[in-house]
Amino acid sequence: MMSEMAKAGRQDWMDGARAMLPLLPGAVPFGMIAGVVASNAGLDALAGIGQSIVVFAGAAQLASTQLIADAAPVFVVILTGLVINLRFAMYSAALAGHLSALPRWRRWLAAYLMTDQSYALSVLRYTARPQMSLAAKFAFYMGGAIPMWTVWLAATAAGYFLGNRIPASWSLDFFVPLSFLALIVPSIADRANAAAALTGGAAAVIAWSLPFNLGLFLAALAGIAAGYAVEKLTPKQGEDA
Amino acid sequence: MDNQTIWLAIIVIGIGTFVLRASFIELGGRFALPSPVTQALRFLPAAVLSAIILPALLRGEAGGLYYGLDNPRLIAGAAAALVAWKTKSVLATLAAGMSVLWAMQALL
Repeated sequence: MMSEMAKAGRQDWMDGARAMLPLLPGAVPFGMIAGVVASNAGLDALAGIGQSIVVFAGAAQLASTQLIADAAPVFVVILTGLVINLRFAMYSAALAGHLSALPRWRRWLAAYLMTDQSYALSVLRYTARPQMSLAAKFAFYMGGAIPMWTVWLAATAAGYFLGNRIPASWSLDFFVPLSFLALIVPSIADRANAAAALTGGAAAVIAWSLPFNLGLFLAALAGIAAGYAVEKLTPKQGEDA
Repeated sequence: MDNQTIWLAIIVIGIGTFVLRASFIELGGRFALPSPVTQALRFLPAAVLSAIILPALLRGEAGGLYYGLDNPRLIAGAAAALVAWKTKSVLATLAAGMSVLWAMQALL
């Protein structure tokens, strides 16, 4: 009985790792850039690589490191990182029904390792297989999440030591807006998201001279409002307008 | 920013991010996000990231915003956006953006 349970766990662990495998190479350039930017911003090795352990969230790390390099006030750095990570609350809500019954340290481990990728793969799998046991769900989640954590940490460390050898004249800080472009442009699949992106960008430019990077937060709100409005005003197919 | 302040930022972002990740899992699935909040959060990545991208592309060599077409970051960013849209490839986007930036910086 026990060995059969362990076997089922091993199989789910492998399935989780196999599902994550194709997504791992995509994390490498982002991790390396997070490391390069951290070293160029003047963070020491402990902080530059340590933030990948403490924060473990790519977009937030990139944005907050860039703000540190721009000498923004510390509360702006913190607020920006947290606003970018608000989406995790949404993932947490989606995963709650599946993972809430785990013992506390397993819940906390799963929460700590949550990424866009681990959330998406797990919810897909749990929905496709409603019969999965709690142990199997945890094994599948961890099977994907641990390789992602390892790759992220290794890529940040590699980027940090590489970035230390590259002079500032190479403008490697430009990798930050470029990696955000690579993230966001392909994901703008509908009019509402396009409106959110265009409004957010335009508002940020208009409000650029406001103190404390307040423009960033106003722009985020304006972008969300625009996306929301466009979605409400666009009639959906198969639905009355 | 001194090392202590940097660590303060990293630790507060780290704790806050863990709280966000754990939030609804810890509440035991008893509560759900109201649907207007979920809908609004759907637009957050596009709104925030482009609010970071656009001013970064318009940054002039002197520090302020510079709208001229001879701004290397603006042209390089436009090229990268086009490549991102056409290829959906992260590496192609990064390569296009950096090559255009370096080429323009070398030429201007």
